[in-house]
Amino acid sequence: MSDFPRWKYALVALVMLFGVIYALPNAFVPLPAVQVTANRDAPPIDQSLQQKVQAALTGKKIAVTDVVVDGDHLLATFINSDVQKSGADAIKAALGDGYTVAFKLQSNVPGWLRAIGARSMPLGLDLQGGVHFLMQVDQNDAIDKQENSYADDIRTLLRQKNIRYESVTRNTVREQGIAVILRSAEDRSTAADAIANEYTDLNVANGANTGDRYVLNVVIKPEKLRDLSRSAITQNLGTLRNRINALGVSEPLIQQQGDSRIVVELAGVQDPTEAKKLIGAVATLQYRPGIGQAGDAQAQEAARTGNIPPDANLYRMRGSNLPVLVSKQIIVTGNQLVDASSGIDQQSGTPKVDVTLNAAGAKKMGDFTNANVGKPMAVVYVEQVYETKVVDGKEVRVPKVTETVINDASIASPFSKQFQTTGLGSPKEASDLALLLKGGALAAPMDIVEEGVIGASLGQDNIDKGFKAVMLGLALVLLAAAIYYKLFGLVADIALFFNLVILLAVMSLIGVTLTMPGVAGIVLTLGMAIDANVLICERVREELRNGSTPHAAIRAGYEKAWSTILDANVTHLIAALALTTMGTGAIKGFGVTLMIGILTSLFTSVTLTHAFTALIHGHRKLKTLSV
Amino acid sequence: MEIFNHDSNIPFLGMRKYSIAIALFLMVASIGLIATKGLNYALDFTGGVSMVVDYDQSVEIADVRATLEKGGFEHALVQSLGGTREVSIRMQPKDDQKAVDANGKVNLDLIAADVLKALHVSRPDAKLKNRELVTAEVGAELRSDGTVAAVFVILGIMAYLWIRFERRFAIAAVATEVHDVLVTLGILALVQREFDMTVLASVLAVIGYSINDKVVVFDRIRELFRLARKAEPEEILNRSINNTLSRTIITSLFTAITMGALYFFGGPAVHGFAVTMLIGIVVGTLSSIFVASPILLWLGVSKKDLMPVTKENPELARRP
Repeated sequence: MSDFPRWKYALVALVMLFGVIYALPNAFVPLPAVQVTANRDAPPIDQSLQQKVQAALTGKKIAVTDVVVDGDHLLATFINSDVQKSGADAIKAALGDGYTVAFKLQSNVPGWLRAIGARSMPLGLDLQGGVHFLMQVDQNDAIDKQENSYADDIRTLLRQKNIRYESVTRNTVREQGIAVILRSAEDRSTAADAIANEYTDLNVANGANTGDRYVLNVVIKPEKLRDLSRSAITQNLGTLRNRINALGVSEPLIQQQGDSRIVVELAGVQDPTEAKKLIGAVATLQYRPGIGQAGDAQAQEAARTGNIPPDANLYRMRGSNLPVLVSKQIIVTGNQLVDASSGIDQQSGTPKVDVTLNAAGAKKMGDFTNANVGKPMAVVYVEQVYETKVVDGKEVRVPKVTETVINDASIASPFSKQFQTTGLGSPKEASDLALLLKGGALAAPMDIVEEGVIGASLGQDNIDKGFKAVMLGLALVLLAAAIYYKLFGLVADIALFFNLVILLAVMSLIGVTLTMPGVAGIVLTLGMAIDANVLICERVREELRNGSTPHAAIRAGYEKAWSTILDANVTHLIAALALTTMGTGAIKGFGVTLMIGILTSLFTSVTLTHAFTALIHGHRKLKTLSV
Repeated sequence: MEIFNHDSNIPFLGMRKYSIAIALFLMVASIGLIATKGLNYALDFTGGVSMVVDYDQSVEIADVRATLEKGGFEHALVQSLGGTREVSIRMQPKDDQKAVDANGKVNLDLIAADVLKALHVSRPDAKLKNRELVTAEVGAELRSDGTVAAVFVILGIMAYLWIRFERRFAIAAVATEVHDVLVTLGILALVQREFDMTVLASVLAVIGYSINDKVVVFDRIRELFRLARKAEPEEILNRSINNTLSRTIITSLFTAITMGALYFFGGPAVHGFAVTMLIGIVVGTLSSIFVASPILLWLGVSKKDLMPVTKENPELARRP
């Protein structure tokens, strides 16, 4: 009697099971925790530190659920966020400056669920509190830099090729390129060929001649300009990520938004000053001649006595913290560095970093290394953080400069434009160094254009309210459907409930960040998902009124309603799709939720209810239907 | 249980002169309202500073306003966020001169501290829950994104209906769609409901909701045309609306129930969303019944336009 195939029952059962399992992690409320990470130069996290933290908490009579060492960080979990706050204060006081203490929500999901990839949905800032920034990246600066650097390069090139020129100047208007003025038409054509051959990213064209001034206009190709803007953003993203990691915030969100903006969301953070300081930091690199090796007798002596040679600075090595003497002479700065990438050296098999300099940098580097083979060269990392201090009742921005040596190596042979640093300890060290070299500085300056602090209590409020709204909306629709459509209504109710479960499961699996607009999307989906069942039930009623037998009415009801349901949902899907293309996070989250909701409801309201209807009515002789 | 008589045969098409006239009037009125009163754009669009302040004991909005005025913030906008202990304060950064430096950069922390100081004069139990600084530039982008999205939706839906149904159905649906969006926006302008990002999302969702409604009626029209031996368009359209009337209203009620729950329990963050959706549901439902089909009739839909499509996709008809 039943026309519902077996495999479809199996499919429905499987999808229901999938929904329950993958939605389950969201039921485990994450625990408020405090995460401790060691700063660059502090002793690593170990058992003794664990005992210290435990003792500090016991001393202050703060109830802690658990203190564990987990890899490179220590995690202390608490019962609620109030205890968490006092716990963090106590830990901070006990450990001092060497460690970063940050709030974290520690997932409470059991291991077996995590093992199959089930996880809870990350919560948006509006649901857990935190700070957010929106930064505008000034890409023009990157273009300025590049145009200036090309102007330098062209001068060097013309000199090398012995082409006499009057001037090479950058036009005052950005993206208008560089004007090269030569003395004869022949010079101009040789110069044009030389430039075009050497720099494939440049467009070269003859300009208007005035008297004996032969003008050559050189502009950066549009695709290269686009590349520049793009890579400026990418590099800024990378730099920000490095810096914010130093804050110790768990799972910071750092994302590009639109063409030229970066959004940063730090959950759990309530004080934006520290983050702002790091975002505003200016970092540069300097290649300088080294004096001796790091930690050698001379450096130790200087560190102990404070007698530093007049032409040198005493710095510390990043990581080992050994003293090292570095000459004050600067060979090349980070601005002249074009690229740095890590890899494995073919000859020695050790990790290495490849560095490429621009023309001006290459020349200086070549001159220096030619004369100094066998001598050390150091890379100094200079970071400038602006701190706001109050002096005489006025706020003053005071720069705080920290200088560390990130690498110290001997010059094996002369090099200029391209060279490599080999013999690094591990591939990770190599990639860290490459990142620092390349990403240490921001490619383009950034301005904070938007910022916000969302209180932790507001987040909890929103969670409570959102949960209430979803549950109440669901309950009311379930009740209304059951009253209006009786047994068919109850089947629709099961489907609606599983629609919610499967929707949550899919969102969790994809990793959609749940926000309040997302919750609104879930509620709306619940309201509209029942539409398909209304269509089916109304059809079944109609068929019964037209004199069909119950089984025929069910079959016809599903068959006839299907094309309507399909059309209605496809058009609705088009609308949801448009919402997901909107740049902003909140609307996107809503759109994604709606879209997933439409797809899951298509399955639950049609296939799932059909399975249940067939199961209930399939093998019985029916006189009437409860619809 | 049945609320609606399944044999109902209300002559909806008979009222088409009146219903179309009313729809046109509403559209013109909405355009007028949007043009004159304008939408009450929220911070998301205008840029500015927003704060949420929480009081331990209940507080009068007028008192908060008065306190702020005394503290030198004459232009601050104070609103209740539901309940009596939570207020939202909005202002432009230039209202606090000290907080804007020479380069026009705004110090949000300073503004927040100043406002809180002013509030503490009369009520020391005021606590800052949330503070935010938004640039207008992002809002402008949002607005243009929203317009592009709306146009994309309307064209996409038109294309789909053109292929699946017929040209006249696509035109009728889109015309009604434009009506729904305009009237929804018009009502928002009339009541000066704050228009923020979630409301924009809601307006776009209204398009999705109301097209859903129209497609169901259109589907029935197509079906009845194909079944009928003698197809008098007006009678077919009227029968289609009546046949689907029960479904149209029940679905609207169900969706409205959930949006009601969202409005009453979801908190201030989703108020605007729920209200807009509720307006959209009412407008969309009415236009599905009174506006879409008259346009279809006026465009001259007939049985022969719909016949060839029957053989086009037998696969779809077989599916459950």
